[in-house]
Amino acid sequence: MGNVVFAIIFYALVVMVLVSAVAAAFLRNIVMAAFALFFTLLGMAGFYVLLGADFLAITQVVVYVGGILILLLFGVLLTHRSIETLELETRGTYVLGIFGGLLVYGVLHYFLFSVSWPTPLMKPLEPTTAAIGQLLLSKYLLPFEVSSVTLLIALIGAAYLVRRRDT
Amino acid sequence: MLQAYFPVFLLLLFGVGFAVFTMLLSHFIGKKKPTPVKLSPYECGIKPIGTARIQFFVKFYLIALLFLLFDMETIFILIWAVAFHDKSIQVFALIEMVVFITILLVGYAYVWRKGALKWR
Repeated sequence: MGNVVFAIIFYALVVMVLVSAVAAAFLRNIVMAAFALFFTLLGMAGFYVLLGADFLAITQVVVYVGGILILLLFGVLLTHRSIETLELETRGTYVLGIFGGLLVYGVLHYFLFSVSWPTPLMKPLEPTTAAIGQLLLSKYLLPFEVSSVTLLIALIGAAYLVRRRDT
Repeated sequence: MLQAYFPVFLLLLFGVGFAVFTMLLSHFIGKKKPTPVKLSPYECGIKPIGTARIQFFVKFYLIALLFLLFDMETIFILIWAVAFHDKSIQVFALIEMVVFITILLVGYAYVWRKGALKWR
């Protein structure tokens, strides 16, 4: 019973992610492509939930769905409308796109088969957020604090971008 | 583990379902006698000028950028808060979070001082 439910959710997510990803890649309207990407990213969060990576799922929703996608949409709205109607698709862009996709797939393929995956999928999975938090406050304390410095650098960078030109 | 997500699933189901249901309902039982006035975006407002798809002010992008950075900060605070239940590390964890937020406050003050939050 549990396995059947798992399989149904899994394949529903597979369909959702694949269809929306193809839509994001091929839709002519760039705003609609960004909305298609929303479903791709949300589906990925669903996969994380299925794999028991609850913290990763939350991060995916908060950062990618709620943050980066908004940034992407704002980026689209900032561009001039004429860019949408331009013929951007040439044979060159397709070749470059396929080449880039294969490159990313190659990296993923390498790690998929060179890393040992310790957790069997069907095992009942425990919540991971508290454990990650404890590790972050003990063993990985330095990366935790360094990450705040990284965010600080990004903030200063953002402020630098909007500095007054005359000062 | 998956059972724990059932409330989340219900929330998604009700959220999407309610929107789809009300739209379908109004589509099927509503009367449709369109006139140009009824079809305008604001039936009793100002007449629209041009399309809605204009080039937006660049300032929005910066606000989104800053939002994303503080969004990341929220993620760190979230795992910290969940781990905080463990009594043995509470004092240490509190100090660590104060350091973390202080570093980011420096950035916040800098952004504020530079006028990035000002709408001009």
